[in-house]
Amino acid sequence: MIGIIDYGMGNLHSVCSALKRIEQPYILSGNPEELYETDGLLLPGVGSFKDAMNELKETGLIDFIKKETENGKPLIGICLGMQLLFEESTENGLTKGLGLLPGRVDRFSGVTAEGKAYKVPHMGWNNLHFLQEDQPLLKGLDEGYVYFVHSFVVQTDDRNVLAAAAQYEDVEVPAVVGRDHIMGTQFHPEKSSETGMGMLKNFCRFVEEGKQR
Amino acid sequence: MLTKRIIPCLDVKEGRVVKGIQFLNLVDAGDPVELARFYDKAGADELVFLDISASHEGRDTMVEVVERVAAELAIPFTVGGGINKLEDMKRVLRAGADKVSVNTAAILRPELISEGSDYFGAQCIVVAIDAKYDEELGSWRVYTHGGRKPTQWEVTEWAQEAVKRGAGEILLTSMDKDGEKSGFNLALTKAVSEAVTVPVIASGGAGNADHFYDAFTEGKADAGLAASIFHYKDTSIGELKSELQKLGVSVR
Repeated sequence: MIGIIDYGMGNLHSVCSALKRIEQPYILSGNPEELYETDGLLLPGVGSFKDAMNELKETGLIDFIKKETENGKPLIGICLGMQLLFEESTENGLTKGLGLLPGRVDRFSGVTAEGKAYKVPHMGWNNLHFLQEDQPLLKGLDEGYVYFVHSFVVQTDDRNVLAAAAQYEDVEVPAVVGRDHIMGTQFHPEKSSETGMGMLKNFCRFVEEGKQR
Repeated sequence: MLTKRIIPCLDVKEGRVVKGIQFLNLVDAGDPVELARFYDKAGADELVFLDISASHEGRDTMVEVVERVAAELAIPFTVGGGINKLEDMKRVLRAGADKVSVNTAAILRPELISEGSDYFGAQCIVVAIDAKYDEELGSWRVYTHGGRKPTQWEVTEWAQEAVKRGAGEILLTSMDKDGEKSGFNLALTKAVSEAVTVPVIASGGAGNADHFYDAFTEGKADAGLAASIFHYKDTSIGELKSELQKLGVSVR
């Protein structure tokens, strides 16, 4: 059973229908007691980093997520949900994140080092380069195209948490990140056709395997 | 590398997909859910649904169709037509759409763009612009109400205003070219694409792969949208993409 964390941010319909399509049982809840009963957590999110952290704080979900992941419960963050896993973001003023992974979140500069202007958001289908093929989300998958929509991007000095990247202009975009049972995708797997659906299936399988351990 | 997107557009009237030649003669071309499934499998990068009856008659967009499409589709889709207020955006996005597009309502009340953008984020808000060349203006004039009413806006000025207010993407239709299958309006597309910092979807006039190639290179578009050439199977998306790839355009 997957618990989709509902904290009032963004469109949860597409994640729900994606899990339905792969016949994965889930609950959608903002209540820590209900989410506690699940085997893995999915943190979605569309909107601003600051609003999201405020919502998570008000609902008591920050402490819950930290405690559950400390106890080894698998967690996947999607899009903004992935960015929230990191230490801080400069979106609408410096805001602390969940701090589960090392790194910070900054806006795309919109200009390359050579001074060429490029479009922000990074929107559309971009191909992945796998940096860690054995990362649980990537198992058995080929480097395919996935759908991105984001204006902010993770920067980290710790290459160990980068499982896959995409190149946008002169920026290496962390696309799949993770350490142990905590992972995330900058793109929307539920909107990324077969490659994305494959990663959701991999996460569900990882959760199932964790239950048996 | 970020690819250029190919986006079939499904103009929907009373739950059926139609496509008019220059916004007029409507021909029935199929069921929206059926077509969505078909295009997803065929390799479409996104889909756009425009409820063309809604902006004329103030009719509500068909939420039920959106829900059915959302349950089937593993690619993003945009819904437009009849989005007049924040409540309309909420209804469509909660039914499962990834983006909403606003056209006439945004011209009449530009605050609508910022309201939507503040609430859902810019990535959810597409501003659709219908433009037609105007001798007097020496540029392209923006039209509303399905291309029937001229406005005071010059197209690049309106596009910049829309982005300033929080549009995440511009869907730009050339009324001069729409339905002609003679190629996108490259000068118009280039002018708008260079004027804004967000992606621009070229629309109106697609007839073959060369037209898309021109829109992506000379026109500087980020995506190309078409309806009739896909619906009537003049060109399949697979064929179009392999042609583009041969021409050196990066596609999925």
